[in-house]
Amino acid sequence: MYEKDGERYFVVDSHLHFWDASPENWVPGQERYAKGWIECFHAYQTLAPPETHWPLEKFQKYTEEDFQHDVFDEGYVDVGIFQSTYLKEWYVNGFNAIDQNASLLERFPGQLKVNGRFDPRDGEAGLRQLEEDHARYGIQGVKLYTAEWRQGSRGWSLADPAAGAYLEKCQELGINNIHVHKGPTIWPLDKDSFDVRDVDYAATTYPELNFIVEHVGLPRIEDFCFMATQEPNVYAGLSVVIGGFMHARPRFFNKVMGELLFWVGEDKMLFGSDYGIWLPKWQIERFVDWEFPDDPEYSDYPRLTTEGKKKILGLNAARLYGIDVPAEALPVADGARLVEEAA
Amino acid sequence: MTLEARALLALAGVYDPELDEAITRLGFVESCVISDAGDVHVRLRLPTPQCAPNFAYLMAADARAALRRLPDARSVTVTLQDHYTAAEINAAVARDAGFDGAFPGETEGDLAALRALFQRKALLARQGRVCAALLAGCSPERLVTLRVADLPDIHEARRCVALRRELGLPHGPDAPAFVAGDGSPIPAEQLRRWLRRAQLVGTSLESNGGLCRSLLAARTRMEAAA
Repeated sequence: MYEKDGERYFVVDSHLHFWDASPENWVPGQERYAKGWIECFHAYQTLAPPETHWPLEKFQKYTEEDFQHDVFDEGYVDVGIFQSTYLKEWYVNGFNAIDQNASLLERFPGQLKVNGRFDPRDGEAGLRQLEEDHARYGIQGVKLYTAEWRQGSRGWSLADPAAGAYLEKCQELGINNIHVHKGPTIWPLDKDSFDVRDVDYAATTYPELNFIVEHVGLPRIEDFCFMATQEPNVYAGLSVVIGGFMHARPRFFNKVMGELLFWVGEDKMLFGSDYGIWLPKWQIERFVDWEFPDDPEYSDYPRLTTEGKKKILGLNAARLYGIDVPAEALPVADGARLVEEAA
Repeated sequence: MTLEARALLALAGVYDPELDEAITRLGFVESCVISDAGDVHVRLRLPTPQCAPNFAYLMAADARAALRRLPDARSVTVTLQDHYTAAEINAAVARDAGFDGAFPGETEGDLAALRALFQRKALLARQGRVCAALLAGCSPERLVTLRVADLPDIHEARRCVALRRELGLPHGPDAPAFVAGDGSPIPAEQLRRWLRRAQLVGTSLESNGGLCRSLLAARTRMEAAA
């Protein structure tokens, strides 16, 4: 729990990784992609305050002790959610496949949840795997990366009929939180791979599922926002917005936050640090301190109150994942209502 | 003007289609070398090796086309550096083979639709900025009656007209100063809402440009240190 000025913030970090991108895990013949991927992530880390940067070697593979220190001991995180990312074309055991992330569950009981994944190109075997992951880890969500390469294919779409079978399976099993991450390639290559229309289609078709668009659809924030105004079950995953902009490009951070507050609203925005890219500590501290500068450029945007920050940092994700929030961290109005209900 | 100066000027007219900013301003032109005989060699370098191949192709092909319009350039070579599809893109650009020539079997059409889609975003964003500035001293009712000829003579407004011409939208002096995606004027009562959308698209493009600049700077620093 993070405390500042007498306020308590229950923190759910909805976007964590425990990856292995060390050279030992690179697929022979695919080294340039494995190396390129992690070096690109490492460049993103430079957008954070300099004292939080890591050397590349540590960035490729960090330890359980690093994780505990950065996320729980110093990072204020009450509950963290792993977003498993496979990329097995490039990484032998996956970049951070579900079992690798889950290896930390026992060490931090009740503090971590692990999300699974699916890839409709895996066919029937993938559906069975999803069932197994659900049975084994009790997953409540999946992380989808539509730009993932697989045996010559450069990606997939949530509007593919094959994806429908998986979303139905999620609905049947109660895997309600579908985190979607767009990337720079998809078939056919001449189309905009970051297009989020397939998420729109899936959100309309499966209204019981929640669709959390990671990195708020960056670099297509506008498409994401237009969609989110129309779909009640679409949410904004804020990783990269805070980590990538707040320190390096504060003016854009103000503007992007302003747009998100206007179009999407504080009830549908979820904090995610994207650790190990960025450490949660500085992001949480600075987000709680953040307010719009007194400048006409920002005068049109809705203001974010302490209550709004509490929702974004944890309460919204707690609602989606059914996480119990301690009474002292509940918003005042909710606390009062609970008392009334009890009476 | 020397050939080198004119080559750089030509490159300054090549836009990143996704960001609607000149590739020279974004720092994507790594080098521009002219031989004594007038052979032009340009190297482009993007913020990450994984930047989307479709936009990367457009920038390389557009740069080559712009340089080939220089009458005294004897030959023109444009190469993309350190990109995971550099080999495919460079080979296709050099022989004018088109995007489908670079990635046979991986495309459905050429890149015209993608280009137009982003020109529309760019137009909306730029119109929004011009419109917001004018609204400071002009009512919405008056603003929607302005014509292209009434626009201030600034780069932003000129770029709007250029984009409208490329998109086949009305762009003559008597055409409306601000148009919707189909070329029709914006009704006064819808102006605020339209402006809000334009502002969102503008914020998106600008912040993407900011991210690209940060990543390119990081890439340059890391490689200098390595």
